[in-house]
Amino acid sequence: MSWTWFHKLASPPHAYRILGTIAPWFGWASLALILLATWWGLVKAPADYQQGDGFRILYVHAPSAWMSMFTYVVMAVAAGVGLIWRIKLAHAAAAACAPIGASFTFLALATGSIWGKPMWGTWWVWDARLTSELLLLFLYLGYMALRASFDDPQRADRASAVLALVGVINVPIIHYSVEWWSTLHQPASVTKFDKPSIDLAMLIPLFIMIVGFQLYFGWAVSRRLRGEILRRERNANWLKEAA
Amino acid sequence: MDLQKFFEMGGYAVYVWTSYGLTALVLLWNWWAARRSEAEAQTAAKRRNELALERSS
Repeated sequence: MSWTWFHKLASPPHAYRILGTIAPWFGWASLALILLATWWGLVKAPADYQQGDGFRILYVHAPSAWMSMFTYVVMAVAAGVGLIWRIKLAHAAAAACAPIGASFTFLALATGSIWGKPMWGTWWVWDARLTSELLLLFLYLGYMALRASFDDPQRADRASAVLALVGVINVPIIHYSVEWWSTLHQPASVTKFDKPSIDLAMLIPLFIMIVGFQLYFGWAVSRRLRGEILRRERNANWLKEAA
Repeated sequence: MDLQKFFEMGGYAVYVWTSYGLTALVLLWNWWAARRSEAEAQTAAKRRNELALERSS
């Protein structure tokens, strides 16, 4: 098998162009899906038999929590690829993920806290799910602070990649925390091998919102990665055409 | 559809609307920050190119 396609894809000018082409598609598709899921989740989906209309927070809480973990895995894989095969573009992609992931983690914590108040009677408990998700936020912030502390981008890439890889252990801990420890947080209703324990009328808008958030991540990471590529390729000739 | 009932959210109005409002803010922030990050890099690259051209002429 020939690897030329891979080297071409990993070459900064090529990646810069491709990202510029696909970003608008990601952007418009995500806008359409997020608007559709918002209407579906707030208006069309039936109220929960226990939580009434309060359960509608699910449609912003679960997708942001999902994205907080998904983005971290993407960041860690990119950092690992950069570390092992010394691909600069992979390090740039990892760096582009961090602020997006941090914002989704913040959103998952904030909406979870707002949901917890009426349902559990408290904004916050130090249980396994909430604590490990908070640790995820600190991992993102630590990753960004570590990058910012180096003047040399190559040393920043390597050091932050090690942190990203070590921190990925936290992702399965977050996911299984509701099974391994006794916690206020409800167990998984969708991401499990069994049939989802949530009605289809409630599940469809959730699924649309998650796809919408994924596409939104695709848009944001494309824009940020283009910026990272330009910042790193200081004197390359192709910049003359790109800029 | 009864609009007033819709906004009341069965008594959970404060919690539901705050959650959706925060989500909108975080998505808007990401949109603004990603655009700015790309635009700043483009401006800086353009400036470098102009300086390089001046130096070479």
